[in-house]
Amino acid sequence: MAKIITMTSGKGGVGKTTSSAAFGTGLALRGFKTCIIDFDVGLRNLDLIMGCERRVVFDFINVINGEARLSQALIKDKRVENLYILPTSQTRDKDALTQEGVGKILDELKKEFDYILCDSPAGIEKGALMALYWADHAIIVTNPEVSSVRDSDRILGVIQAKSRRAEQGLEPVKEHLLVTRYDPDRVEKGEMLKVEDVLEILAIPLLGIIPESPAVLKASNVGMPVVLDDKSNAGQAYGDAVGRFLGETIEHRFIKPEKKGFLDRLLRRTA
Amino acid sequence: MSNQVAFRDAPFQLRGSTFTMMVLKVSDPHNPNFFPVLSGKIAQAPNFFRHAGVVLDLDDLPAGTPFDMDAFCKLLKNLGLMAVGLQGGTKEQQDAALARGMALISAPRGKVEMFDPLAGTGRSPAQGLANVQVQPQAPAAPTPAPAPAPAPLPEPAPQRSAMVITENVRSGRQIYAPGGDLVVIGSVSPGAELLADGSIHVYGALRGRALAGVSGDQTSRIFCQSLDAELVSIAGLYRVSEDIGKDIRRRQVQIYLNNGYLHIDPLATNVA
Repeated sequence: MAKIITMTSGKGGVGKTTSSAAFGTGLALRGFKTCIIDFDVGLRNLDLIMGCERRVVFDFINVINGEARLSQALIKDKRVENLYILPTSQTRDKDALTQEGVGKILDELKKEFDYILCDSPAGIEKGALMALYWADHAIIVTNPEVSSVRDSDRILGVIQAKSRRAEQGLEPVKEHLLVTRYDPDRVEKGEMLKVEDVLEILAIPLLGIIPESPAVLKASNVGMPVVLDDKSNAGQAYGDAVGRFLGETIEHRFIKPEKKGFLDRLLRRTA
Repeated sequence: MSNQVAFRDAPFQLRGSTFTMMVLKVSDPHNPNFFPVLSGKIAQAPNFFRHAGVVLDLDDLPAGTPFDMDAFCKLLKNLGLMAVGLQGGTKEQQDAALARGMALISAPRGKVEMFDPLAGTGRSPAQGLANVQVQPQAPAAPTPAPAPAPAPLPEPAPQRSAMVITENVRSGRQIYAPGGDLVVIGSVSPGAELLADGSIHVYGALRGRALAGVSGDQTSRIFCQSLDAELVSIAGLYRVSEDIGKDIRRRQVQIYLNNGYLHIDPLATNVA
């Protein structure tokens, strides 16, 4: 049975699209047929992060409006088998999304795919609501800082009130926490919230901790999901998160500052 | 490239198109001079009228005038005219038209486009026909067909005017120039979209999408100072960024259709 996962956060700039690209690619690498949908109508970015922006002809909104077939809008990833991207429109706005239109497309995708990953826009308005309404799972992306945690708490409340599962009194949406941009050194110094502090407020299962890493920005700029950079700690952390999502028990890594050798200290080398 | 192949292999292409069509405004079909006068008009340009489609307009027919659609259309056919549609008319007349396989056409009312079938033949319009409107004639005039009233000069074809944008077009902006060309004096960012029924001219870098001839005009073209587009399309045939060769990237180009293929050619570069 196909599952719909929504990557959401409330706050902007915390790494939803980066996480969608990495997590979706991770699922496909595990052999699951996966489709990542960009719900950020008007601020389309997923295609850039996935490196398929040169191949966009039709988009999600064209399909909703009946101007193109789903098969014409889906872009097959060239690196990973089983991975597809449904880009969104840059020239339209969130009002182009309708609950029925989105539901129809998700139903169609469910016949083909194992996982449908919805990359939500920031905010708690229409775009975010459309992205979370049909969700079976929600991955809440949070940075270890107070405003991000508060916004995540808010979006969790929205999921519990406004998702289809809540409306129809079904089993609630399964919530997962993904802490991104985690810098163990700064946590040590007390400049960043500890994972424990975040978990205490949000009280949902921890799916993964993604360390702050220059590999993320580099990957974004070359259009490659960071999970494909398996030498980077961020890439490995996303791989772990996918494993945990699929039910594996994997110990959390990259939460303690790396022990720096004498030479590292001398050269002030950073991760 | 593959996209174009897929496009050509489709079993059909459904597009909107505009045709100039004769409208026969019938006000007195029972006038004995009706068909002789019409026949005389046709004799002036027999090739033009052969098997020509014609739309009947019955709005000037006085209410209650009997009108036999079948018989009338057969008489037209004898003259080589094919009645293809009906504009206006009563419910009965519309039913009769539908039964004959004619289309009901709801053209914008109030203005019947004048046109000159002899335009471009080197003859002056005055010598030819301005329209085929059969002039209402006094029913009490049993005289031979009077000379047709002097035909009014045809209106010039509506001039397609260009829409001019004098600033950079930012991501997310969509600009459509209906019925004509679109000129952008500036650059077009990725994520912006230009659409025109005519051609598109960009006097800056084209980094977004440009779709010319969106209503099907295959003669429309795209011109730009630096080609780095996400997608270019002419009359529905498109090419995405990935299929645009490196050799023409960031160059001054024109994009046009020829034999069903989308061509991207560099414009002549400045002579050193």
